[in-house]
Amino acid sequence: MALLELRDLAITYRTEEGPVPAVRGVSLTVDAGQTLGLAGESGCGKSTIAASILRLLPGSAKVTGQILFRGEDVLTMSWGKLRAVRWAGASIIFQGAMHSLNPVQRIGKQIAEPILLHTPEVTTAQASRRVAELLSQVGLPARRADSYPHELSGGQKQRVMIAMALACSPNLIVADEPTTALDVMIQAQVLTLIGDLVRETGVGMIMISHDLSVLSATCERLAVMYAGRIVEEGPAHQVFTDAKHPYAEALAWAFPVIGDSRTRLSPRGLPGDPPDPAQLPDGCTFHPRCAVAQPQCATRQVELWSAGEGRLAACVRVLPDFTDESGAKTVGAPQDQRDEAVA
Amino acid sequence: MLEGALAAAQELRGEEAGAARGGAGLARSLTIKIVSAIVTLFFVLVFNFFLFRVLPADPARNLARGTALTASQMAAVNRTYGLGLPLPQQFWNYLVQTLHWNLGISFEYHIGVSRVIGSALWPTILLVGSSTVFSTIIGVWTGIRGGWHRGSRFDKTSTAINNTLYAMPDFWLGMVLLIVFASKWFIFPEGGMHSFGGGGTGLAGINDLLWHLTLPCIVLTLVYLAEYSLVMRSSLIDEIGSDYLLTARAKGLRDAMVRRRHAVPNALLPSITLIMLNLGFVISGAITTETVFSWPGLGLLSYNALNFPDYPVLEGAFLLFSAAVIAANLIADLLLTVLDPRVRQA
Amino acid sequence: MSVQTETATGIPPISSGRQIAWERRRRAMAKFWQEYRKDRDGMTGLVVLVLMIAVALAAPLLASSRGLNPTLATYPVNAAPGWHYPLGTDSDGRSVLTELIWGSRISLLIGFAATLLSMVIGAVIGIVAGHFGTLNSWFGRQTDNVLMRFTDWFLVVPFLPLAIVLARTLGPSLHVIIIVIGITSWPGTARIIRAQALAVETRPYLERARALGAGHWHQMSKHVLPNVMPLLLANTILTVAGTILSETTLSFLGLGDPTRASWGEMLNGAFNNGVGTGNSLWLIAPGVAIIVVVMAFTLVGHALEAVLNPKLRER
Repeated sequence: MALLELRDLAITYRTEEGPVPAVRGVSLTVDAGQTLGLAGESGCGKSTIAASILRLLPGSAKVTGQILFRGEDVLTMSWGKLRAVRWAGASIIFQGAMHSLNPVQRIGKQIAEPILLHTPEVTTAQASRRVAELLSQVGLPARRADSYPHELSGGQKQRVMIAMALACSPNLIVADEPTTALDVMIQAQVLTLIGDLVRETGVGMIMISHDLSVLSATCERLAVMYAGRIVEEGPAHQVFTDAKHPYAEALAWAFPVIGDSRTRLSPRGLPGDPPDPAQLPDGCTFHPRCAVAQPQCATRQVELWSAGEGRLAACVRVLPDFTDESGAKTVGAPQDQRDEAVA
Repeated sequence: MLEGALAAAQELRGEEAGAARGGAGLARSLTIKIVSAIVTLFFVLVFNFFLFRVLPADPARNLARGTALTASQMAAVNRTYGLGLPLPQQFWNYLVQTLHWNLGISFEYHIGVSRVIGSALWPTILLVGSSTVFSTIIGVWTGIRGGWHRGSRFDKTSTAINNTLYAMPDFWLGMVLLIVFASKWFIFPEGGMHSFGGGGTGLAGINDLLWHLTLPCIVLTLVYLAEYSLVMRSSLIDEIGSDYLLTARAKGLRDAMVRRRHAVPNALLPSITLIMLNLGFVISGAITTETVFSWPGLGLLSYNALNFPDYPVLEGAFLLFSAAVIAANLIADLLLTVLDPRVRQA
Repeated sequence: MSVQTETATGIPPISSGRQIAWERRRRAMAKFWQEYRKDRDGMTGLVVLVLMIAVALAAPLLASSRGLNPTLATYPVNAAPGWHYPLGTDSDGRSVLTELIWGSRISLLIGFAATLLSMVIGAVIGIVAGHFGTLNSWFGRQTDNVLMRFTDWFLVVPFLPLAIVLARTLGPSLHVIIIVIGITSWPGTARIIRAQALAVETRPYLERARALGAGHWHQMSKHVLPNVMPLLLANTILTVAGTILSETTLSFLGLGDPTRASWGEMLNGAFNNGVGTGNSLWLIAPGVAIIVVVMAFTLVGHALEAVLNPKLRER
């Protein structure tokens, strides 16, 4: 039984201007001890999925499909069961730790809060010891437990969030853009930390980011989202270096590789903006921005087709009977050069 | 008005945070605040002096209340108040006298102004104190409930009631209550603090006092409770969208716990600041209520002094009202420092 | 600056700088009105306000001003409502309804006039403080500092005692009341305007204006002021609500002009006549009128703020 399984998850927000489909049929699986990266631009629905796993979406969100956590559907769980699952079963490291901590409470108390809540037989002294343990695990001195959030730097706050997420020894951790607001050096530290912790504790993890390079270094599998749907999925390194879907490829190349002068001189951005969820293009939703779009892309319904061993891609190019009718040059740089640059 | 006050309270918090952060610790900022309060008080004294002694065309006539004075009487008044002396000298005398608590002689009562004010102090404190307790508790509670369940029936009703109360002249409310509860139905007395003959001693006396206190206390409570409720509601609504509340929910806390442990403590900070700041003004705001109910406090004293006109008492009362506001501001400042860890920089 | 180009049809398009600016403003105002109309409370308030102002302006048509003269009053004193006096009469035998209608003039007049004074002072101080405060000069910062300390001091002095003392010293009259309220209510405005001015000052076009050699006066009047205007307008409406209440209080305490029957004066009269004796409508009617008008101004003011600052909209 998979740790987490999303089956055909669809989430629509009710707004003043009408219904906005943020997630349009996503199916994912995460096994115990596995790490999955979820990538995409802002507004593609990744954070919505993260919040939905613990049913934290606002009332204006309509959710269909199933979210099976340890075999049970989160969406139909009773409130009591849901509250028990929250944090003790699966926890979230939120985007923007700046504001995710209560500004007028000491962080030790905030870390201890879920412990005392989910295991009421634990005494406050025992909880304090656990807090000290957690803080040392994330590389913070134990006396920091008495600090307030504003006394900590950005990186320290993020470590506190990580420590807090581990507090009840959950089976699954969802890390939503855990390093986006940090500078590069701290980013590296935090990523290493997360990687080590995941390996040590054997916890399953979903990491969400718009930075494919970060995900490929930290996760085993990678899924790329675009306009509310998954457009590519597979082993992380493979997806990063040899993407089958044009969007995934563009995303992989969007981050300049240090030392590679080609990326510096010819930045590979994508023209245009992500589509408005309320007004999606017909056929393949990516085709207006795609450099190798085929005539059929404007009308044909795309699905996630097999693109190799353990790989899926929602692009006609992976179909066995595909012939290129676009007349465009192939996308991307020679394979070996990119491998070198990444290594 | 309300938003301005809320913004002022938050600005206060921001300024303090900024000042403390750049500074050298609690003791230093405390000293600065106290010194600043004293300086403000000094300027109030200057203003007072200017208003009562310098502004009127003929201060002597004013101070002698316009009664026909003979030349020698005028000279006597001039001597007593040192009006013939140069201005700085007058001011110095005034300053010294005030610091010795000598605020002049009341025209109406012919005793020291400080004694007159002193005896009127307790009733006002009683009235303002009791109404503040009630208006704070009720106001904060309704504000929290309305803000947390925004758009609910409770919220809509309470906001409508609060807006109406806020638009209401407090003395009008007092008079309406008097008509209904004192004239038409003889439930409460028509005014004053004690019944004729003192009302008795011991328990009976206290009972009598409370009976007289009820209506004016209700009026003041209602008037300020509206403002506190609206501010608390506003403050809580500001907090509701915050990320740390999402974190709290994700941890598995019940809705009521999220509200009580996380949202309310953060939302209370600007509200408490505001309530404290307001306290200074409530003391002078009670003037109209005390007048309507003939409650023998500073307010009624000022009203009578106004109409007499008893300038020395007015002068003294003005000073006291200003001092109350300055003191309340200082306390609000200190309270914020104590309560908000972001301001309190170790 | 005018760029005249002929189009194919030979009709010159709208092209002068000023015309472009006005066209933009007109469009902005139309959009503003569209947004404002969505706010139900704001529309209700606006309708009530318009009605009130109409009543005030049409007072001579609605009730003869002779009804205000106590010596000409022929109705019985303190009477309950009757045919000629639907709200009863006061202790002088005047119709309460007549007083109410004519009183609206005074109350609204004082409200607007005092607010205007308060706004002018507050806006000037706020803009000057905000403008000079952002300049990187010692002089600028000191100006801001001094002005703000002055404002803070004014905020500290409690309104009622100050108003009482000033009114008593300067004598009871319409002008005095207006001045007294005006010079006691500007600090709130000054603070808000200064905050807004500070925000405006950091915008790029002000830097550009300075680089182009614009003097202080030009910057403040041509750039800062127009951008501060919308907030100023919302604040003005809210302040009127407060000034009307202030005038009521001052008149009640006997500091108003007894010859002009404002609503506050009516309440003063009702109080002096003895609460509980006489015609209770004399007391209730002006109170209700005040509540209605103040609430209307408050609703309109909040609606204006909500339209101008979308963040407040969900309140």
